[in-house]
Amino acid sequence: MAEQLLKIHQLNKHFGGIVATDNVNLAVEQGLIHAIIGPNGAGKTTLIAQLSGQIKPDSGEIEFGGHSITGYNTARRAREGLARSFQITSVVMPMTLLQNVMLAVQGTSGHSFRFWAPVREDREMAAAAMESLAAVGLDDRADRIAANVSHGEQRQLEVAMALAMKPRMLLLDEPMAGMGKEEGAMMVDILNSLKGDITILLVEHDMDAVFSLADRLSVLVNGHIIATDTVDNIRNNQEVQKAYLGDGHA
Amino acid sequence: MNWLPQTISGRVYTAVLLILAPAPFVFEWINQPFYLDLLSRALILAIAVVSLNLILGFGGMVSLGHAAYIGIGAYSVGIPSYYDYYNGWLHLGLALSISAAFAFVTGAISLRTKGVYFIMITMAFSQMVYFTFLSLEEYGADDGLVIYSRSEFPEWLSMDGSTSLYYWIFGLLLLSLLFVRRLVHARFGRVIVGSKFNEQRMQALGFNTYRYRLVCYMISAMMCSLAGMLLGNFTGFISPDMIGWARSGELIFMVIIGGAGTFFGPLVGTIAFVLLEEFLSLITVYWHLIFGVMLVALVLFGKGGIDGWLSLLDRKRAGNG
Ligand SMILES: Nc1ncnc2c1ncn2[C@@H]1O[C@H](COP(=O)(O)OP(=O)(O)OP(=O)(O)O)[C@@H](O)[C@H]1O
Ligand SMILES: [Mg+2]
Repeated sequence: MAEQLLKIHQLNKHFGGIVATDNVNLAVEQGLIHAIIGPNGAGKTTLIAQLSGQIKPDSGEIEFGGHSITGYNTARRAREGLARSFQITSVVMPMTLLQNVMLAVQGTSGHSFRFWAPVREDREMAAAAMESLAAVGLDDRADRIAANVSHGEQRQLEVAMALAMKPRMLLLDEPMAGMGKEEGAMMVDILNSLKGDITILLVEHDMDAVFSLADRLSVLVNGHIIATDTVDNIRNNQEVQKAYLGDGHA
Repeated sequence: MNWLPQTISGRVYTAVLLILAPAPFVFEWINQPFYLDLLSRALILAIAVVSLNLILGFGGMVSLGHAAYIGIGAYSVGIPSYYDYYNGWLHLGLALSISAAFAFVTGAISLRTKGVYFIMITMAFSQMVYFTFLSLEEYGADDGLVIYSRSEFPEWLSMDGSTSLYYWIFGLLLLSLLFVRRLVHARFGRVIVGSKFNEQRMQALGFNTYRYRLVCYMISAMMCSLAGMLLGNFTGFISPDMIGWARSGELIFMVIIGGAGTFFGPLVGTIAFVLLEEFLSLITVYWHLIFGVMLVALVLFGKGGIDGWLSLLDRKRAGNG
């Protein structure tokens, strides 16, 4: 069996009376695309936020690359190679696309207590950033201000920033949400091209995308993982169909 | 003419610096020492305002306690002088190190909070400094302390005489402006500016935003203590009055008048503030009221301050041309 890069043990989180994460156990194998599907409000974003450190779990352990990262803050997890993208676009709006992606490169390339040399003149960093922008097809718009580009382009930027961190693992929260057909298809191609190099935990509502990309599939309902299996087995799983997929996908 | 700055704002700022550079000689020539005094005071405040703008304008950290660092700088001159220690390097060293230490401790606590809480807690800490100096009977308490002689530096750096002191002020102001500009464009500044707009994302990118902000806060405090050190030398008299929270509030207004998060805004904002205050108070005894209304209007409607208006002119010109 392949090495498990990410392991989640007995993770729990509730907001007041709402159980957002209910005893979640999950292992993600190195190099695979592992998708998480589930209805609205199932707790997918909450799970991602606990993995990347924005939300503290009530209890449970998270192991990444062989050691516990439960006590690490968000920044440290990112530097360990665990990068996330946001379902609701979260970029530095007044900066250009290039500046945004350069920040992502900067965050994972040494400390930033450098007070004198202009970032503008850092060719190496700009080149690395342009590479990520090109990967999502934004390289021709590098100097546009993030606030002024279309919603779909902001979604692409969101992914470009996560890619630019050169992570060991990507946590993608609905990367295709709000993208047009063409952009969505492009994103599927991008993720496919990363397969094997970067382990990906993918939350996505677009079932066609999920079925064409994922090696493993977990179904999250009411904060609980009711099944984890290969795509084909999940498709044929009665319980999953009842709970989530409905007749349309049977 | 190619060597002219291309933008209107660039030209205005260049003109301001060109007017400021020979000011002592001009005022001497027209025999108006009072104006040199006024300008010296304005430029000292400008250093403090430039330092505040670094955290407030670029970093989004609205401190209502920055005058405390003016106080620390001023008392770093006053207290040693009281014991006949006039060495300027000692004064400078004390100002920088004490302000850094105080900013480290209070910043570490304040930066755990956001928004209004940050404003309140920075104000509370500065009031602590205020009441500390107020209670120091030995150093004059609320009567203040007279400084009989300026900080002593080697001959070529001497502060003696109003012209020498003016060039100390002008030099440190230029250094502050240059330093902030470099800082903001460097890796450090990108983190500070990014954290102002989206701290959550900056953390997700691997930046420990708290640490960067704390260091930025300390840098700003040290710059501000230089203004205090100069102010102590300039007035030759220091008192807790220069530290009260109302003073900190004025510094914020100067940032806003000039344009928060701009490089030259703080300088022109401060000069505008000091001149307005001076001339309104000559015209009418109700100047506080008029001044207050103008400030409120500016905060409500004057988005971007003076720098903002100048760039608006630039955009208009670009639109027509
Ligand atoms: N900060 C919060 N405070 C209170 N309740 C929250 C908070 N965040 C999420 N919740 C609740 O937790 C549950 C899970 O939310 P979450 O956003 O994780 O769902 P999701 O699976 O990502 O949904 P979607 O598919 O709509 O993105 C929901 O009932 C939501 O209302
Ligand atoms: Mg969600």
